Amino acid sequence: MDNDNDQEYDLKNTSSKTRDITMTTNLTHGAQPSLAQRAWNIRHKSLLMGAVQKQGYVGQALGVSDVLAVSYFHAMTFHPEDPEWEGRDRFLLSIGHYAIALYAALLEAGILPEYELETYGTDDSRLPMSGMASYTPGMEITGGSLGHGLGIGVGMALGLKRKRSASFVYNLMSDGELNEGSTWEAAMSAAHHKLDNLICLVDFNNQQADGKSTETLSSEPIDGKFEAFGWYTQRVDGNDIEALVKAFDKARHYDGAKPRAIICDTKMCKGVPFLEAREITHFVRVDEEEWDLALSVLEEGKPS
Amino acid sequence: MSMSRRQSKWIPRKPVDASERQLTSAMIASLSAEGMPTVSAPFGHKLVELAKEREDIVGLSADLAKYTDLHVFAEAYPDRFYQMGMAEQVFVSAAAGLAKEGFTPFATTYAVFASRRAYDFIAMAIAEDNLNVKICCALPGLTTGYGPSHQATEDLAIFRGLPNMTIVDPCDALDTEQAVEAIADHRGPVYMRLLRGKVPSVLQEIENYTFELGKAKLLRDGADVLFISSGFMTMRTLEAADKLAKDGIQAGILHTPTIKPLDVDTILEHCRKPGRLVITAENHTVIGGLGEAVASTLLRNSVTPAFRQIALPDEFLDAGALPVLHDQYGISTDAIIRQTKAWLG
Repeated sequence: MDNDNDQEYDLKNTSSKTRDITMTTNLTHGAQPSLAQRAWNIRHKSLLMGAVQKQGYVGQALGVSDVLAVSYFHAMTFHPEDPEWEGRDRFLLSIGHYAIALYAALLEAGILPEYELETYGTDDSRLPMSGMASYTPGMEITGGSLGHGLGIGVGMALGLKRKRSASFVYNLMSDGELNEGSTWEAAMSAAHHKLDNLICLVDFNNQQADGKSTETLSSEPIDGKFEAFGWYTQRVDGNDIEALVKAFDKARHYDGAKPRAIICDTKMCKGVPFLEAREITHFVRVDEEEWDLALSVLEEGKPS
Repeated sequence: MSMSRRQSKWIPRKPVDASERQLTSAMIASLSAEGMPTVSAPFGHKLVELAKEREDIVGLSADLAKYTDLHVFAEAYPDRFYQMGMAEQVFVSAAAGLAKEGFTPFATTYAVFASRRAYDFIAMAIAEDNLNVKICCALPGLTTGYGPSHQATEDLAIFRGLPNMTIVDPCDALDTEQAVEAIADHRGPVYMRLLRGKVPSVLQEIENYTFELGKAKLLRDGADVLFISSGFMTMRTLEAADKLAKDGIQAGILHTPTIKPLDVDTILEHCRKPGRLVITAENHTVIGGLGEAVASTLLRNSVTPAFRQIALPDEFLDAGALPVLHDQYGISTDAIIRQTKAWLG
């Protein structure tokens, strides 16, 4: 075992530890920004990073920002100054190409220093375009080859149970990843092993590389499938922060010995109306002169 | 090159006389020559012994614990054994997850399934993150008569291309026991070819032999031929060398159980001795295994002895009785002797 963490687990200890399910805030000084403000900040940082490279998966990032805000600033326990703190909740980004969104959340959470934002996608940066565990503090796994996160999450959840840990594993995946058979192997496995410490977040934006997910290889009914696979399943508007908070709370507090799924219906490009209105593709094109426009339009919708 | 039975499937066959009938070895492949001492389930028993001291060791299987000797561990430590079912992708991904949480997973299945079915998950979830997962696989190369679905003839080629991966191909029970301990102590991902069931034990006859990860060991010296072999082919080259000696041919044997990283220095040292025919011998296709690893090492270092390769052909192999197949494809002791004599002229 690695003993460099400040909290060690005795593998011999078989006494059960009650799960701490109280909401944990991680920043203690000053007034806390609201979740809406957090989500806006994540969108803003994503666009700023996109503007650095004049490209990036900002469509997905804008869509999933509310889910990330609720994950990091409502549900999860972590220490920004120690991203590998043993007691943290684990957040797995199975969708490596959403890295720009997670970097924005990690910057907002103080896990990454603000000034690194401008290194996005540049040589020698810790923020490569696709998320990799060895590059970035807070990036738990190397995603990108899709359909990997949930399976790794199964192993981490098993490992946390062996350690009598109260931590949750959150796996953020996309609707496109539901095409992968490995996802369903993992879904079966999680239920079989009664992994009540595993929460799967599915970003359902109905878009994958070749077109709409429902037209490429439909996974509907997604909630029905997860339920049939033995998961405690909810489906919510993934851009409704209040609904997300309720769903996360129910998922964390649910009293059954089941893994938990939250299907989040999201809108690509959410928060930048002229991009929302554009014909949506997997890689939303933003013209060079449009980055400033996108930022100013986002500014107009800034929550007070 | 042999004519595969599949290429002549329209020719009806007459049943052979019962007295000459050879049984197809399916999952229970015996590799031991007559009279060879054997050890039962050396992998499983050694893992149980290690697990007494090492609480980080856990076991995972994809519905093949009984056939990979992991059932021994599962019986000894039921709460440290994870049955992942016949789902190889989540099986290796979950092993990665357990390693990320500080455990040392030993994950067992058949070599075909780990190398072919789970490859992307081993590559990205385990090897890219340099995780401490030990993938130990039964039925490597041609060790079953069940046909290509179970014959992992290209597993070494597949895993040699994978950065961070250490690859081990032990010879016998003693090698397996010592290799299990060595790979448990090694930090990083390992693919080990597993000999299961009643495993022959021959290396205890070699004075001072021990398995060392990353090291090739000279088991005997000889002026005419140097065999460089791994896995059970080292048992075969030991037998072949004894028989060749009776015909006045002196064969040395460099046992190379670590395929990657290859012990380049030792291989070069022994291949620099002039006047010897170097013959690699492996239970693997001619492509991408020990033979090609040694050949490219020699060329890159401008060491150019006469060189030949004993390996399986680049074909999907036949089903049948293992001794027949080994002879047919050139990796039986007799076939080694035949080929060696022919090459010496």
